[in-house]
Amino acid sequence: MKLSIEQIRSEFPILSQTAYGKPLVYFDNAATTQKPVCVIKALSDYYTSLNSNVHRGAHYLSIKASEAYENVRRQIQHFLHAGYAHEIVFTRGTTESINLVAATYGRKFIGVADEIIISHIEHHSNIVPWQMLCEEKGAKLKVIPVFDNGELDFEAFLNLLNERTRLLALTHVSNTLGTIVPVQKYIEAAHQCGVLVLIDGAQAAAHMKIDVQELDCDFYGFSGHKAYGPMGIGVLYGKEKWLNAMPPYQGGGEMILNVSFEKSTYNELPYKFEAGTPNVADAIALGKALEYIGELGVDQIEKREKELLDYLTQRLTEIPDIRIIGTASEKTSIVSFLIGEIHPYDAGTIIDRFGIAVRTGNHCNQPIMDRFGVPGTIRASLAFYNTTEEIDRLIEAIEKVKQMFA
Amino acid sequence: MSKTVEDIEKEIVAEFDIYDDWLDRYNYLIEIGKYLPLIDPTYKIESNLIHGCQSRVWLHAEMQDGRVVFSADSDAVITRGIISLLIRALSNQTPDDIMAAPLKFITLIGLKEHLSPSRSNGLISMVKQMKFYALAFKSK
Ligand SMILES: Cc1ncc(COP(=O)(O)O)c(C=O)c1O
Repeated sequence: MKLSIEQIRSEFPILSQTAYGKPLVYFDNAATTQKPVCVIKALSDYYTSLNSNVHRGAHYLSIKASEAYENVRRQIQHFLHAGYAHEIVFTRGTTESINLVAATYGRKFIGVADEIIISHIEHHSNIVPWQMLCEEKGAKLKVIPVFDNGELDFEAFLNLLNERTRLLALTHVSNTLGTIVPVQKYIEAAHQCGVLVLIDGAQAAAHMKIDVQELDCDFYGFSGHKAYGPMGIGVLYGKEKWLNAMPPYQGGGEMILNVSFEKSTYNELPYKFEAGTPNVADAIALGKALEYIGELGVDQIEKREKELLDYLTQRLTEIPDIRIIGTASEKTSIVSFLIGEIHPYDAGTIIDRFGIAVRTGNHCNQPIMDRFGVPGTIRASLAFYNTTEEIDRLIEAIEKVKQMFA
Repeated sequence: MSKTVEDIEKEIVAEFDIYDDWLDRYNYLIEIGKYLPLIDPTYKIESNLIHGCQSRVWLHAEMQDGRVVFSADSDAVITRGIISLLIRALSNQTPDDIMAAPLKFITLIGLKEHLSPSRSNGLISMVKQMKFYALAFKSK
């Protein structure tokens, strides 16, 4: 990276805090990432000098705010390498992006006895909306199994595909195991059977290059807050032809062209899917986050996080009794593990008191916990601003946990 | 005369006061949690399970001579430690005393965060459930 780690860390004010009197170590980046100063400042700048409702008033502020908002849409188009800006829909986050597709595409095009395929390693956000749809429509949910190392069984997936399959909803990266799913070959195989594909990119965005045209996925969703942007803003990419074919999501202002009591006509893309006053401030701040990531370079971020992953994995492997859950050959910097037979809650409680933020529990991934027969895991998820010294501190804390629960 | 909830709470606070360091307090809690047989295995069943996303708690209650007797267990040791303190304070008390119990000792011994909803370890629900049992036995 061009910048030193000190320079990078100084951009993230929260990282210089203490927790229980010890320097904070933030290893919960898969839950949400921290925000650089430019993102924090963009929020207050917006309310200080730009706030007004967009696309409505033809006055100075409204025009400027609308421009800034639409600029971010174009920025996201380039970030995802989408063909058109109108294929980018603002949502509240990945969860809403997935629910939008389930509620519009799903409700219109999925019927009785149709099948939807998901995988065993999906976040609850990419399970429950499809379950709800299946229940409503009398459709069936099929699940791609996972191997012991956390990789998905591609052959089994091919066997699940059939003439009733309508949709594949697949994660790009597992939030629990760190597995990078080779989504491209899944998409190709699905398309050969005329099956549409939605990719859950919550754990991929900002950690690797994403090119939706190269992937050729039909939908792609991610959350701003996991990509160094603010909470409450997210993205759904959809191919123009599907977005046009889909009915609107919610009704209200912004999403209509003409309203009479007899009939309303819907606005064009992407506004058809953005009813009501949008989250302009957070969108603009997300734009800043993407700018920041762009300056660091996604390839540089990926390289640095890979180094951190390798170091953490190696240090953990040196400790007897550590069991890493998820050892796929391609992983992001997410490591789930258990210390001997020690309950993750016990371990997490002590690690927390060392000022280290890890997550313990089922990570909104109950089916994976059942699959691996564990009550939960300890999950350390690293970002480019983390350091090997911080990893050393985690290792010390783990040693202490082992002593205490021996 | 058995001890009142308040007496027991004071006792527990005094025991923990010996330790200045958080690590020693946790070590003490772990000891308590490790060795106490808490619940008859026949009661460790689904219907007695209090779900938390992080650790699970089983709770059983019965009435004996006008007093509620609790037994419980958890799959996590720290949770077991806190449970055994709660049982020490609330078991063998009258329903009225249980419902009125302040349970300040948890905060006083520095374990308050384990009773926060963000921990999702079943402990909050356990305290609620203990008070519910007391109420239910009282109205029988
Ligand atoms: C893989 C994955 N999908 C979906 C989500 C849901 O994201 P959000 O809560 O931001 O909508 C998460 C968040 O943890 C995730 O990791």
